[in-house]
Amino acid sequence: MHQLTIAEIIRGLRDKQFSSVELTSHYLERIQQLDNQFNSFITVTSEQALKEAAAADARLAQGDAPALCGVPVAHKDIFCTNGVRTSCGSKMLDNFVPPYDATVIDNFQRAGAISLGKTNMDEFAMGSSNETSFYGAVKNPWNVERIPGGSSGGSAAAVAALLAPGATATDTGGSIRQPAAMTGTTGLKPTYGRVSRWGMIAFASSLDQGGPITRTAEDATLMLSVMASPDAKDSTCLDRPVQDYTAHLNDSIAGLKIGVPSEYFGEGLDSEVGARVQDALKEYEKLGAELVEISLPHSKLAVPAYYVIAPAEASANLSRFDGVRYGYRCENPADLRDLYMRSRGEGFGEEVKRRILVGSYALSAGYYDAYYNKAQQVRRLIKQDFVDAFDKVDVIMGPTAPNPAFKLGEKNADPVAMYLEDIYTIATNLAGLPGMSIPCGFAHGLPVGLQIIGNYLDEARMLNVAHQFQQASDWHQQTAPAAE
Amino acid sequence: MEWEVVIGLEVHVQLATQSKIFSGASTAFGAAPNTQACAVDLAMPGTLPVPNEEAFRFAVMFGLAMNAEIGKRSVFERKNYFYPDLPKGYQTTQLEQPIVGEGQIEIHLEDGSSKTVRLHHAHLEEDAGKSLHEDFHGMSGIDLNRAGTPLIEIVSEPDMRSAAEAVAYLKKIHSIVTYLGISDGDMSQGSLRCDANVSVRLKGEEELGTRTEIKNLNSFRFIEKAIKVEAQRQIDLIEDGGKVVQETRLYDADKNETRSMRSKEVANDYRYFPCPDLLPVVLSDEYIEQVRGDLPELPDAKCARFEKEYGLSAYDADQLTQERSTANYFEQVAAKSGEAKLAANWVMGELAALLNREEKSIEQSPVNAEHLAGLIARIKDGTISSKIAKQVFEAMANGDGDADTVIEAKGLKQVSDTGAIEKLVDDVIAASSAQVENYRNADPDKRPKMMGFFVGQIMKASKGQANPQMINKVLKEKLDALL
Amino acid sequence: MAVDAQTIEKLAELARIAISEETIDEVSSRLGDVLQLVDQLQAVNTDGVEPMAHPLDEVQVLRQDAVTEPNQREAFLALAPQSEAGLYLVPKVID
Repeated sequence: MHQLTIAEIIRGLRDKQFSSVELTSHYLERIQQLDNQFNSFITVTSEQALKEAAAADARLAQGDAPALCGVPVAHKDIFCTNGVRTSCGSKMLDNFVPPYDATVIDNFQRAGAISLGKTNMDEFAMGSSNETSFYGAVKNPWNVERIPGGSSGGSAAAVAALLAPGATATDTGGSIRQPAAMTGTTGLKPTYGRVSRWGMIAFASSLDQGGPITRTAEDATLMLSVMASPDAKDSTCLDRPVQDYTAHLNDSIAGLKIGVPSEYFGEGLDSEVGARVQDALKEYEKLGAELVEISLPHSKLAVPAYYVIAPAEASANLSRFDGVRYGYRCENPADLRDLYMRSRGEGFGEEVKRRILVGSYALSAGYYDAYYNKAQQVRRLIKQDFVDAFDKVDVIMGPTAPNPAFKLGEKNADPVAMYLEDIYTIATNLAGLPGMSIPCGFAHGLPVGLQIIGNYLDEARMLNVAHQFQQASDWHQQTAPAAE
Repeated sequence: MEWEVVIGLEVHVQLATQSKIFSGASTAFGAAPNTQACAVDLAMPGTLPVPNEEAFRFAVMFGLAMNAEIGKRSVFERKNYFYPDLPKGYQTTQLEQPIVGEGQIEIHLEDGSSKTVRLHHAHLEEDAGKSLHEDFHGMSGIDLNRAGTPLIEIVSEPDMRSAAEAVAYLKKIHSIVTYLGISDGDMSQGSLRCDANVSVRLKGEEELGTRTEIKNLNSFRFIEKAIKVEAQRQIDLIEDGGKVVQETRLYDADKNETRSMRSKEVANDYRYFPCPDLLPVVLSDEYIEQVRGDLPELPDAKCARFEKEYGLSAYDADQLTQERSTANYFEQVAAKSGEAKLAANWVMGELAALLNREEKSIEQSPVNAEHLAGLIARIKDGTISSKIAKQVFEAMANGDGDADTVIEAKGLKQVSDTGAIEKLVDDVIAASSAQVENYRNADPDKRPKMMGFFVGQIMKASKGQANPQMINKVLKEKLDALL
Repeated sequence: MAVDAQTIEKLAELARIAISEETIDEVSSRLGDVLQLVDQLQAVNTDGVEPMAHPLDEVQVLRQDAVTEPNQREAFLALAPQSEAGLYLVPKVID
């Protein structure tokens, strides 16, 4: 049953091949039996899931079933869940049980989906390997000595290990696409503002965007259709109707113009990864698409600009964690200053503290212009590169990550090496563009991701392009050995 | 050496919106602690701000009333600092692109002169919560009901040269915001608070002296006293060879002195940057013109109209228009009584004295506009004299009903009956033979003055109720007949 | 490129994050690496480029002025490390 895609589950439930309770129990059992190898869940909500499944079965029986009625999914532990601990992977929020739901959670509940639990993540979504979690590292189901990517490593590993057919995730600099690439799953980061950020704990507000990790582009379509919505509670959420993403899935892509940026195939790219991406591009040519060489000249500035902007925003976003109203408070504070210094010093992990300090530096008197302002100017140049490119092409393609999953601990000592993991994904966050990663083969025995970057609000086309590839290939159907 | 004091004010005005600037929690004053602090106000993880339309409308109204530029594109920024009454660890405020730009207003001084004070800018921001200092086992309690209440911070240029000018400016701001109805202006509840930047320099000097900032002044009286005492402190310091240090100071009303707030001095670096959770607010010309069209009459315009329409002196018109409620009260009395000048005199005289004595606002006045108009009508039609009217007013203030009821009940109606007046005159003449004799022998030029004695006696005998014009007429006839 | 200890201390104070004496060298060297990475920005000519705080050129939608939030004090106070009489408690605040 765990081999089924979301699309197949929806059909199976409606055709009464199995019930939601059966399906949900099956996933809960798998999580219980297998997840000690991967550590992909922080919290499993078995009791609640079974209750929801029973209710879904009743609705299915009545023929009053919304889009994802009875479909079990997992949620990244960054989305606030009413009555369920929401830790954001941090000691700071180890005891935090919000009395409210994120809009994304709300949307899934209204669509009748079942929540299996909350998935592991890098602390406050800061990381590319899922090693900064207070709840321990997540292991890659393709090789448990390797990282699953991050920060949505728990969601990606859970889907890759077939512990959930789909999971929510978030992407600030590549946190959906990079783990999807490393676990052989399909990940989609929508246009900035397409998915509400209400109740999604902020890392860098102008970059954060929620999206799904699934096994197929078709499932990503089904998940995104539920996740995306206008939301008056989020000022940055787009007040525009959500496209019908399924309508164009099966359109032909003959004549599609694919931009291939030369900057994405240069130094630093693992040659086997590069070869698999080239193979995929050839496959697209076979499907009738045309490859157009393009240039995104400011590409190499994306990582430096990002590591000013994201920490600057984070330094303010994380000030609310002060030990006063919720979350971790240090023992016996001597005075107010001590309360702040120790609650934050003890409650945050090293990477989070480092980014807060970098952000404080970039905003501080005398450095603002040289760092923060400069980075925001470079950000406009980066966006303009894409705007110019999309004058000529329909989508842009390249590798998602420069290398396949690396070994646990390999890049821990060198934050800059870790930051370069997101070299191909960060620019789309800075520009606010949608991006996807789909499996396109293996390098060194590990999954490789093909990145598809779409134009603003062009998710439907991106999904169509991904789906057509998946109709012509079976890389997405490969399952990790540990998932069997 | 002659010193000059230079003052700039930062005035914080709480806007009278129903809900907070970034959340749907109530702004009502006086609720139980933390009952009006919602998830956004508490900076719960994942919560986001959405700005209140009314706060912007109010700020635009203010800007238009100050003849200021309106920021058609305004941007919220984050001002970062840690304090327990600031849940997010930053205050959402405006810096580079405020909602209100440069402007200017006229202030009116006691001596009848006026002066222009320039507005540097005014911006929208959120208020903080409150730290309660009563002791909870050596800890402080935090109430976040006020957190997120919309404020406009109004920053003047350093254009004021005395404490009196600062007070006049602040009164003008108070008058404008209450006229506009964008704030209740209640200083005792903190709806209007003020920080004063004070420096001194030798008269004729171009360059500004080092300034200090006196924080959180919340009454007109304290502002005046604090500025005076701070300016004097700076003068004494410089004259003794010292130097003024740029710092934040607090005014201690009990000791009438300012003292340094050292706790706020630790290297502040607010790390302002545009708030990424909020987008630029763009206002169209049509919107701004619509707000302009809906503006109520403002104090200066009302003052000019009062002079013209009611024939009041500039001073009277200014006094009556400082508070919208006073102006409204006056207009009702003037309209109902048809006697604008008498109405002005009564509102500024007896009524003001009564309210002052009873420490009441004009809205709480024990004598309403209708009753006062009724009283004035009775003066005008000769039913009572001005003197008796004061007695009637006191009775109305005590809740004895309207003027007619009081006059009737106490029999205060003016005696205008010729027979009765003649009798009063005759009685007094008969009882005052010596004075009558003096009158007869006096130089004719001096006689009118001498009539005063007789009038006084007659009024006394009538308990003040005899019609003074009639007394004069009858008395003169009778005395002249004796010549 | 390491950041000097004094700068680290200033940043730690601004960010209210305690950093122990033993780790300060490591923090400073790693922070230095990150700053070296971002220093690549300095070489870019950005004359006349408008800084971009938001990825899309959207403008703010304002909310109607209405009270929509009920009192949920007890639910929120239940999350507090320390509270009493409806208040959040913190070590004495000195003005």
